[in-house]
Amino acid sequence: MPKPENCRFTKTHEWVCLEGGTATVGVTDHAQREITDIVFAEPPKPGRQVKAGEACCVVESVKAAFDIYAPIAGEVVAANEALAKDAAVVNRSPQDEGWLFKLKPANPGEVNKLMDWDSYQAFLQTADAHAGH
Amino acid sequence: MVSLRRTPLYDIHKKYGGRIVDFHGWELPVQYEGILKEHQTVRSDVGLFDVSHMGQIWVRGPQALDFLQKTNTNDISRIGPGRAIYSHLPNDKGGVVDDLIISCFEKERYFLVVNAATLENDFAWLQKQAQGFQVQLENKSDYYGMIAVQGPKALELINADFPQVLGLPRFGAMELDVLGQPGIVTRTGYTGEEGCEFIVPAEHTPKVWEHLMSRGAALGVKPCGLGCRDTLRLEAGYLLYGSDIDMEHSSYEAGYGWVVKLDKGDFIGKAHFAKQKAEGVKRRLIGLKLMDRGVPRPGHQVSVDGKFAGILSSATFSPTLSVGIAMGYLDRPDLKPGARVAIEMHGRQIPAEVVRMPFYLSKELKNAKA
Repeated sequence: MPKPENCRFTKTHEWVCLEGGTATVGVTDHAQREITDIVFAEPPKPGRQVKAGEACCVVESVKAAFDIYAPIAGEVVAANEALAKDAAVVNRSPQDEGWLFKLKPANPGEVNKLMDWDSYQAFLQTADAHAGH
Repeated sequence: MVSLRRTPLYDIHKKYGGRIVDFHGWELPVQYEGILKEHQTVRSDVGLFDVSHMGQIWVRGPQALDFLQKTNTNDISRIGPGRAIYSHLPNDKGGVVDDLIISCFEKERYFLVVNAATLENDFAWLQKQAQGFQVQLENKSDYYGMIAVQGPKALELINADFPQVLGLPRFGAMELDVLGQPGIVTRTGYTGEEGCEFIVPAEHTPKVWEHLMSRGAALGVKPCGLGCRDTLRLEAGYLLYGSDIDMEHSSYEAGYGWVVKLDKGDFIGKAHFAKQKAEGVKRRLIGLKLMDRGVPRPGHQVSVDGKFAGILSSATFSPTLSVGIAMGYLDRPDLKPGARVAIEMHGRQIPAEVVRMPFYLSKELKNAKA
């Protein structure tokens, strides 16, 4: 599964990794820690068209619900079925087994507009990083 | 900007990694390690809660009982020295000013524990009602800290230092020496588990907390935050004042008719309560269990047969039952356990079933009730 170094990141703490024409999307380790115990996750259904920045997935902790935004535009081609039985996998393995959904990008080049790993690490040091989740 | 208040255990919460939030103007930990883990600790072992934000009021005087009878729905004459009782403070319109626990230590000396958010209002209300009674009210909330010890191993934890507490029944109360300072302990709690609550001088509270932490290390004791306090109390079917009961909702509507004793003599708002008892309620706090995945939240709308029936007052994911649970006022008091409703969540209608509350109660408390 994707190495963080090969992924791109949003200011709302999603990661996206482009491999073989498919973009896998999840939340970062920072996000899962902020959300705390995840007890429910509902990724978008395959076939749905999403725009970049569109709220398309809900992740819920005991205390609150969080919207997850599509990092890039595209068509949903897969949702992580394992989340239905065990949403806590997002806490345990946010950047691997806890992925949320896969997209067929409308424009694969769009990922390059997002932060790379180093930029995201720097972003986490800023106050803006804590405004989202 | 209103500055936030800190309990005497604030530094201890930081030390144990508590995630501090603003809770009705108090800086308190919502969690330390995680709500699910802390919830499980209280259901299987024992947890400590800082409930120092709660209010404590002494009521003393020759007419203390008469005054409490007038200002409470429950029959306070049923408790003598060494006993506590759960009650509601009615307003004069059939609503509820607060819910509280009253302990009796002597015939003319009672001790009230009320909610933090309502303390100022409660005290002003009680003072107003005290006109004409030979009674003194004293708000000692700043003087005391309060620790709840909750879970199936709670009594084992306190046995080493406070064996006399094990002799108390559920809702027993006593004044005692707590590690060198005068304190109070009651066999009460808000989790649906066995346990007790210590009330000690504020500056002494950290010492008591740390002592209980080290004494309970072998039992797996953990500090527990407000997050699991809410999931535990909701599973146990306990009301949260301000959400499930308030100035506009009566004890009968909340399904707590057992705290209203119409045969005890007069009390504030009695006519409203008597009328409701005679005529029946038009809406009722009903327990709901989700039949699909998802997490219900306070404010979600409930419908019955496609028709709006009310909104959820409290709702969460139940860690013990691994399912969404909720309570809400529905204008369908006729609904029986097993009836189907729908809860609107994120634009979808999720089926739910009417269930009897509590959703969960420990074996020990079930036996204590029986």
